[in-house]
Parts: sequence; structure tokens; C-alpha cells
Amino acid sequence: MTNCCCKKQKRHWITGEVKTPAGKVPRIETRITFRDKLGALRVRFAIGRMDYTVPPGLYTIGEATPESPVFVTANYKLTFDYLRCELGGTDGWILVLDTKGINVWCAAGKGTFGTEEIVNRVQQTQLDQVVAHRKLIVPQLGAPGVSAHEVQKQCGFQVVYGPVRAEDIPEFLADNFKTTPEMRRVNFDIHDRIAVIPVELVLWFKQAFGLAILITLLGGISRAGFSLAAAPRAFGLVFTGWLTGGALVPILLPWLPGRAFSIKGLWAALMLWPILSAFGFLGTLPIEIAGWGLLLTAIVSFMALNFTGTSTYTSMSGVKKEMKIAIPLQLLALIAGIIFIVLGGLQ
Amino acid sequence: MNYLKNVATLKLDVEKCIGCGRCIEVCPHEVFALENGKASITDLDACMECGACAKNCPVEALSVKTGVGCASGILSGILRGGEACCDKGGCCG
Repeated sequence: MTNCCCKKQKRHWITGEVKTPAGKVPRIETRITFRDKLGALRVRFAIGRMDYTVPPGLYTIGEATPESPVFVTANYKLTFDYLRCELGGTDGWILVLDTKGINVWCAAGKGTFGTEEIVNRVQQTQLDQVVAHRKLIVPQLGAPGVSAHEVQKQCGFQVVYGPVRAEDIPEFLADNFKTTPEMRRVNFDIHDRIAVIPVELVLWFKQAFGLAILITLLGGISRAGFSLAAAPRAFGLVFTGWLTGGALVPILLPWLPGRAFSIKGLWAALMLWPILSAFGFLGTLPIEIAGWGLLLTAIVSFMALNFTGTSTYTSMSGVKKEMKIAIPLQLLALIAGIIFIVLGGLQ
Repeated sequence: MNYLKNVATLKLDVEKCIGCGRCIEVCPHEVFALENGKASITDLDACMECGACAKNCPVEALSVKTGVGCASGILSGILRGGEACCDKGGCCG
């Protein structure tokens, strides 16, 4: 991905500079413009999302004084935008860590949003010269990478964990830096789930396309020779599976039976199979119906399993356990499905 | 929504616990509660092994095996013969 013009681009969200004992600190806009929204839309669809960063360092908003709070965040532009938008009307400082353009939670899991980076960034920006207090407001989702007691030991700043969602910051500030259990809880409601659907779909588009081509080729062999007759069904069903596992399962997640995501996908496929069959989309021969149905089931279940990565409540131990059983079965269904499709074509 | 039962590797050493409440503060899924001045695990199945509690426990009373809870990450880790990693996966958007 080339994005060479990006570096020359003026950062439209910087409105000026403020002089501090530690040098000039850029002041940022707390309003989100059309350009920010357009950029957010692009990353949601996985277009150029790796380049969507903010330079690490110290920034200021409003009329900050040495007494104003310091908010620590990641240098993923989407995260940064959420934060500055919610801080409209607040005076404060924003310490942007270098998380390589990754959001707080994932960066914390990798350790780039972590103790070491906070300590380094505090020292590099000479934060102790800029503010009179010794408090850092760190988003709670950064906690997997940050050791609060270590930060205090190493740079003298006390870590106060702020709410999970930036929208709760005004209430958190008003309540004297206290989070409520609701502010600390990570939800995964329908809006959260829908927001992450496009990325998942885009990421598996190529594989789905490749599989559809493969099945077009294999399914097109008949006694009369080769034809492209299987193409509509191959593309239609592979992409139906892709869309069902990648979009419908996430939307229906709490209502699909089972705890394992692959099981939820299995149920979705088992509901879809007879419907598609009834409309004649799977062909007429039993072997065809079985073949295309198995293919569909394998894809839906696999796509659903992959949604564990995007979900906010699955554990590594759980995913590993689920995969050990699900992946071989999905592979088996895929292979059996393809064999049946080929045999159906030969009849 | 809870994930699989009895798989989370989270462990609490109650003897070491000083009841500071940090774990309750950082846990995104309300796994802990403070009982009689000590932390206790009240909802183990809600644990997603993010590791925030263990990392922030000042007396190392908590331990948990952390890692990416992401199928494509684990899969690419297995295929490449290394650690699970999701740098190129879709899980870290």
C-alpha cells in the first residue's frame, strides 16, 4: 500500500501550539471533521488501515494548565479521534504512545501499549516539567500491558485507570477519577458486533474468491467434458457461507445455540441448508445437496470460529480447545463436500 | 455472553492477596469480587485471559496464561511453527 503523500499532508487536527517549560506542545481540535469520518470509514473496510497513525508525543486540548489531567492513549488515529472528540470542552494533556498504529486493547495484549513505553514517553516528553501533578489517566483496556505499580516505581507517575469507553470520561472526571462497574465492563452489543463485520469480511474475501474458483473448476467436470456451468452455484454458495459466517452469525451471536463459535456457525448453516435446498439452490441429486450443503457448513462454521478474534470475551485457552475439535471437522466437511460436488457433476 | 466453561487458566493465591482491589478495577468482565478483605474469583468462565489483573497485582497473587484469543492468529502460529500472532490477521482492528 502506498500512501506517500500522507507525510507531506498537513495534520488538519492540529490548531496551534502552546509553550511549556518542556518546549512547544501542539494543540489539537476536539471536533471531528468530515475528513476524520471518511478516514474512519476507510479503516472499517480495511483500506489502508496500517497507515492510520498519529505521531507519538504530548498534545494539549483546551486551555490546559499544569494542574490539568493527562490522558494516555494509543497512536491509532481512530482511537485518538474517539478520545479527542469526547474531550471537547475539557482542558487537558494527551500523551500518545507509539503503539504502531494499533488500538489500545490489542496493543496492550502485544505489550506495545505497556509499562516501558509509558515510562519512556513520560521521560521523553519531560512530562514532569509540563504538569505539576503526578497522575496519568490510562484507559482500562491498556491494563493488560501496563503494570501500574511498575510505572509509579520507574517514573513517579501514578496510574489511574479510566473508563473503557471514552464517552464515559466526562462522568469519570466529574466523579473525581472514579469508574463505576458499568464503565469498567466491556460489552459486545449489536452495534459493537456490526462495526467489526466489514473488516472480517474483507480479510477473508480473497480466500473465499479462490475457493469459489477452485470449486467452479472441480464442479464443472462432467461426462460431457468441462464447462463453467458450476460457476453461479460455486460463487453463490461460497459467498453465502462467507456472508452468513462473517455477518449473520456475529449479528445473531447471543441467540445462536452453543458457547463455541464454530457451533454457533454450525447451527446457522443447518438452518440455511434446508432453506437453500428447498429453493433448489443446491441442485436436485441427493449427492449434490449433500456436497453443497457440507461446503456451506464448513465455510459458515470456519468464518464463525474466526470471529473469536474480533469478539471481546473469548480466551486463548478456549479458542485453542475449540479449534482442536472444530478445525479438523471443518476440513473434513470441506473435503467431503468437494468430493460430493465432483461426484455429483460426473453423474 | 460467556465462552467455554472451565477453560480459563486464571489462578488466585488468596494467601498472598492483600485486598487492594486492583484486579477488580482492571478486569473487563467482572470476574472478581472483594470478600472479607480479599479478592475472590466469582465468575471464572467470564475470564478472557487478557492478563490485566496479573500484570497489575502488586503482590503477584494472580497468574493467568495470556495470548491472542484469535483463531486465525493461533492458526498462523501453528502453520508457521511459532507463537500465535495476529499482526496480519483481522483481530486487531
